Amino acid sequence: MNKTIAGTEIDVNEEGYLTNASQWNEAIAAAIAVEEGVGPLTDAHMKVVNYLREQQAKGAALTIRSMGKSGVVTTKELYDLFPGGPLKKSSKIAGIPKPVGCI
Amino acid sequence: MNDDKQPVKKMSIIVSRGSLDGIYPALIMANGARMEGIEASLFFTFFGLNALANKTLDHLKVATVGNSALNMAMSMLGLPMTIPFPTVMGAIPGVSAFATHLMNKEMEKLDIPPVREFLELISDSGGKIYACKLAMDMFKLKKEDLMDRVDGVLTVGQFYEESAGAGTHILFT
Repeated sequence: MNKTIAGTEIDVNEEGYLTNASQWNEAIAAAIAVEEGVGPLTDAHMKVVNYLREQQAKGAALTIRSMGKSGVVTTKELYDLFPGGPLKKSSKIAGIPKPVGCI
Repeated sequence: MNDDKQPVKKMSIIVSRGSLDGIYPALIMANGARMEGIEASLFFTFFGLNALANKTLDHLKVATVGNSALNMAMSMLGLPMTIPFPTVMGAIPGVSAFATHLMNKEMEKLDIPPVREFLELISDSGGKIYACKLAMDMFKLKKEDLMDRVDGVLTVGQFYEESAGAGTHILFT
């Protein structure tokens, strides 16, 4: 599927997750964040987003527990920053696939 | 096909069993709800309080007696899960501890936290943790005997009040 966001055409799946990570940039992240009701991205949001992208590049499985232990963000902060689905929404904004785990 | 899909807004989960295998499904369902933006509360009653009492919650055991599905655990030993596990074997000293050790090891690999850390995770995520007043009285427990993340000791009526609202689902485990 194609979608035009922040003036750029990107490839996404039916749930809106980017399917081509190289198309991601910060303007796209900001536009997805608004769509997801997360609002304007702050430095705290970007720290999480960048961490997610690094972990994804390493092939690490992302869980809510590992995020809380990452030192980048606490569990509470993560829920506050991305209300209504901390790992799902932050992953979508980070342009990485939807997390598949249950934890 | 249900075309008129009403989202689940809240999961109120009643936990009545106190074995490791009795507790974990409820913790996983509650944490999973929060991860989806669904509200979650856990109401620990009867033997479920084993998971809230400070003295016991770090030492929960897998039930090996009367568990006719323990053959499932054979896969953790690299054996076919069709090998039967006679329930009398579950009564042999050390078997429950060994099964618990195996399960804890497998869960750690899957990034499933130990019970105390799991309760803290759910609490940090905004999930609520309640203890049943009647069961507390029955087992002679006081609020100070429970781990610090417990949000309150509720009567059944208060639990139902807490669960009020369209889109709430109450689950008994």
